Amino acid sequence: MKGIRIIGLVAFVIGLMLFVVSLGLSDYSLDMDSLESGIDKDYHFNFVEKESGMMKGKTYTSMWAFFLDYDQMMSNAQSAILNDVKTNLKLTTADGDYWSKILKNEKINKVKFLVARDSAQGFLLRKRGLFLWLSLILICVGALMYIFPSMNLLPGIKNDGIFHSGLHSRGALGITIGIFMTVFYIVLYWFPHLMANWVVLVQPIKSMMMEGKADQWFLYGFIYTIAILIMGIRFMIKYRHNKYQLVRTFSVMFFQLCFAFALPNMIRALQGVDLKNAWPLDYSFFFEYRINALIEEGNFGLWLLVWGIVLMAIVVPIITYFYGKRWYCSWVCGCGGLAETLGDPFRQQSDKSLKAWKIERYLIHFVLVFAVVMTILVVLSLFTDKLGFSYNVRAWYGFFIGSIFAGVIGTGFYPLMGNRVWCRFGCPLAAYMGLIQRIKSRFRITVNGGQCISCGNCSTYCEMGIDVRHYAQRGQDIVRSSCVGCGICAAVCPRGVLKLENGTVDIDNRGIDLRTIHVPMDSVGIL
Amino acid sequence: MHIAIIGNGISGITAARHIRKHSNHKISVISSETDHFFSRTALMYIYMGHMRYKETKPYEDHFWEKNRIDLVRDYVHSINFKGKKLQLKNQEISYDKLILAVGSTPNKFGWPGQDLDGVQGLYAYQDVETMEHWSKDLKHAVIVGGGLIGIEMAEMFLSRKIPVTFLVREKSYWNGVLPSEESAMINRHIEAHHADLKLSTELKEILPDKNGRVRAVITNKGEEIECQFVGLTAGVHPNINFLKDSELALAKGILVNEYLETNIPDVYAIGDCAQMQNPRKGRRPIEAVWYTGRMMGETVAHTICKKKTVYNPGIWFNSAKFFDIEYQVYGDVPAKLPEDYKTLYWEHPEGNRAIRILYHKNTNEVVGFNLMGIRYRHEVCEQWLANKTHIEEVLQHLSLANFDPEFYSTYEKDLVQKYNQQNGRELVLSNRSSTDAVAFFLGKNTQSKADIQQGMKRNLMLGILLILLSFILPFLFTVKLPIMIVSGLLVGLGIGLLLLSFSQRQVLSGLE
Ligand SMILES: Cc1cc2nc3c(=O)[nH]c(=O)nc-3n(C[C@H](O)[C@H](O)[C@H](O)COP(=O)(O)OP(=O)(O)OC[C@H]3O[C@@H](n4cnc5c(N)ncnc54)[C@H](O)[C@@H]3O)c2cc1C
Ligand code: SF4
Ligand code: SF4
Repeated sequence: MKGIRIIGLVAFVIGLMLFVVSLGLSDYSLDMDSLESGIDKDYHFNFVEKESGMMKGKTYTSMWAFFLDYDQMMSNAQSAILNDVKTNLKLTTADGDYWSKILKNEKINKVKFLVARDSAQGFLLRKRGLFLWLSLILICVGALMYIFPSMNLLPGIKNDGIFHSGLHSRGALGITIGIFMTVFYIVLYWFPHLMANWVVLVQPIKSMMMEGKADQWFLYGFIYTIAILIMGIRFMIKYRHNKYQLVRTFSVMFFQLCFAFALPNMIRALQGVDLKNAWPLDYSFFFEYRINALIEEGNFGLWLLVWGIVLMAIVVPIITYFYGKRWYCSWVCGCGGLAETLGDPFRQQSDKSLKAWKIERYLIHFVLVFAVVMTILVVLSLFTDKLGFSYNVRAWYGFFIGSIFAGVIGTGFYPLMGNRVWCRFGCPLAAYMGLIQRIKSRFRITVNGGQCISCGNCSTYCEMGIDVRHYAQRGQDIVRSSCVGCGICAAVCPRGVLKLENGTVDIDNRGIDLRTIHVPMDSVGIL
Repeated sequence: MHIAIIGNGISGITAARHIRKHSNHKISVISSETDHFFSRTALMYIYMGHMRYKETKPYEDHFWEKNRIDLVRDYVHSINFKGKKLQLKNQEISYDKLILAVGSTPNKFGWPGQDLDGVQGLYAYQDVETMEHWSKDLKHAVIVGGGLIGIEMAEMFLSRKIPVTFLVREKSYWNGVLPSEESAMINRHIEAHHADLKLSTELKEILPDKNGRVRAVITNKGEEIECQFVGLTAGVHPNINFLKDSELALAKGILVNEYLETNIPDVYAIGDCAQMQNPRKGRRPIEAVWYTGRMMGETVAHTICKKKTVYNPGIWFNSAKFFDIEYQVYGDVPAKLPEDYKTLYWEHPEGNRAIRILYHKNTNEVVGFNLMGIRYRHEVCEQWLANKTHIEEVLQHLSLANFDPEFYSTYEKDLVQKYNQQNGRELVLSNRSSTDAVAFFLGKNTQSKADIQQGMKRNLMLGILLILLSFILPFLFTVKLPIMIVSGLLVGLGIGLLLLSFSQRQVLSGLE
């Protein structure tokens, strides 16, 4: 058995290395069509074309040399344009037109990715099938070979050695993986051209699903889905004695595979649409470019628009009232799905201190307010032009919350701060459902009389950093806005003290009982 | 008033916490074991790597200062009861009232070699450290004594793939407490985990190597077993050595009356170390478990701060976990069935789950529940036991007691069927199992049935109305998008109300 695991690990590492190495295996020769369609403005392209002589017909064996020349070319074009705008068109910064005429850096960077993707050729492209399938198979099969032998352990909670292992407790391996994931997110959000070769690599998969070119978001969705599926299998094996965990994990795997990955990538009308992604997690839902796109779609688009609004305003609160926010956070959501599967080995890293709870409450509600204010501004700016600064507000939100918080910190920091950093400290949708869960929802975690032995397993393995034991040892039901209902506290409790339940007839008294107080109440007075 | 508490275990700490809740007295808690209160029951998980010491502390370190509970890390050598003074290693502390919560220590029965290196019990935090120390080059461990701590120790070593031989004096594991079927189940389970279980086997001698570390043990059957570690887990006894030769009345433990008072005024004893002079009916004089320590701590705080309160532990309950099998007991389930009890026992065909209910032969009232691998609700069982409920009444509503996670298979039906077979009855299990049904059963509902019924009707009407409205709206107005949105919202709300109404109907029918 150990042998199989080692072979699996080796295969996985080789597959991963192949994948990483493939980043440097292309030659580049400037693709003018891609450049033209990327720049998408004749006025700009004319200048760029003039400057493109330095790159035309040249084959670069090094990605860096290619990007160096690209940057040079574009910056030449940029200055030429600037010059033209100032001297020939005679525009100044005070003119509105000035800003739409010049070539902006963001544009240059955006086109950089497209050009890099389309200019790649040579070895990797010729051997694309081999690289793709070999690395994919090695990674998946290797991982499964590593995972499957734990079927040999008798079913039951097996957290043996978690705090002895550096991977699980912020040791060297854990930190390395954290850095790797963080770098991945930084590249994905801000330097996607560096991973253009990966996008080239997954093109065949994109083509199998739908016509068109893959972009970095397709790549990301693909990796994301694979991660959830493979690690979901690991999770299901680990908790195979626990039906709640099996059903729940199957659900997150299903929603990720079908709703977040397959449907939007196979049905043209659903392209870029994730039917289960609700505002305010999907913070750009009310941005005019998205609303316009939906309205242009015709009836189906309108339907999607109405669905989005009904989802956020009615469906989310009603289901949360019935089942607590777990229905979304640990059954449906993609971020939650990744946290529950890929992130499961790191759940014990969440901070349980009172201080962390305080920070959590400030931060997550701040993000909620931020998202609401931003959206109100955006919606108002549909009707008036006086709110130009709302573009800055949404840019800040996108940068700080959407990218840095949700991506880099939220996932990159799994091994350091636990698997729910984003869900706990940042997600505005979680905050919104949390308020409902706290104030009026049938959901609670019931504590079984006085059976708690204060061992601490529940708190340790609560990914949301809830000090479950604090409540359990008082015999008090747990009603906390942050609880995502993963049910792990109930699974790891060695005394069967906790049960996730929904009930209505005591809804306002859910968290009041202190069942371990056994001296007659009349003379005690609870504190 | 200065209240000194010796011992920072569950009983001492519970007393301190409740004294603080009720009063402003000065509180000092003295312990030589650790700076802060930790959960002794979690010791195994530290060794197994499920948690670190830090995670086993139920309160954060700032808790104590904030609640003005002074922690003293020191050892109490002797007590001057007349002068009300404690003699510590390097200081003296005087007190007005003293609570002794000094816990237990592992039993050692004078085996030859019991003090060798690598031979120890498992009780204190330091025991885990020494276990860790001896585990380094450990090829085989022998555990002596088939109780709860022994099986935990076996699990600890096996989690690190260290082979274990488990010597149990009895014919079957823990059969002094568990009825024979449950005990046999655990025998099987121990072996499934590849521990070498040797029943009816006692330790005779422990042999040293040339460095004074254990090299092997010899059993009463003359077998010699190579090992580098011996765990002595044949029970515990009150830790009262340092109190001998004082005027404090001692037997096996510190003798206390029903108010937990010792023979000396202003001195109380609670937890593992306390021995009840007149235990309640059906209870043992020393009950060395977590829960009783907690209840005693609460009671004594009440007695000191409010009014004299009798220690009343209520109906017996306990729980444990044998490797992967959880165990819960409520009420009276002796290992040997008494003459006047009848037993109803069901076991899962896979042999890893069981339900046992004991009831009175003549009166048919339930007296105890034993659960293996299935969780039952403490309060529901307690209420049935307290009310001396008829076994058939209990059986018909047994689903109320089930506490397993959602989606788990339930086995109450099988148990009822078994009862029907054995007694020629035709009881039917009611479907009362929802959280709401439990709340009603326990009288914890804040809504009455009439409330629910009313709400059900209201929601139904309103729901239908909203849905109708949403269909009419588009005909009344021409602006497309806004009306679509409003209609969508109304339909959503309407459906939501219908669902609500439907669920209220479910609740009502689940209460029947
Ligand atoms: C491994 C293990 C697992 C267990 N599992 C369970 C379980 O699952 N369920 C259950 O119900 N029970 C369990 N128990 C039993 C339970 O832990 C005890 O009943 C409980 O801890 C007793 O608490 P206490 O406060 O009475 O004493 P203790 O927790 O023993 O506290 C006494 C403290 O007093 C200190 N002390 C003693 N004398 C002095 C002195 N002279 N000077 C200074 N300090 C002193 C000791 O160092 C100790 O820290 C378990 C016990 C062990 C060892
Ligand atoms: S309290 Fe329990 S169910 Fe809720 S998030 Fe924490 S571990 Fe999951
Ligand atoms: S609820 Fe369970 S896991 Fe949590 S402290 Fe109590 S006994 Fe331990």
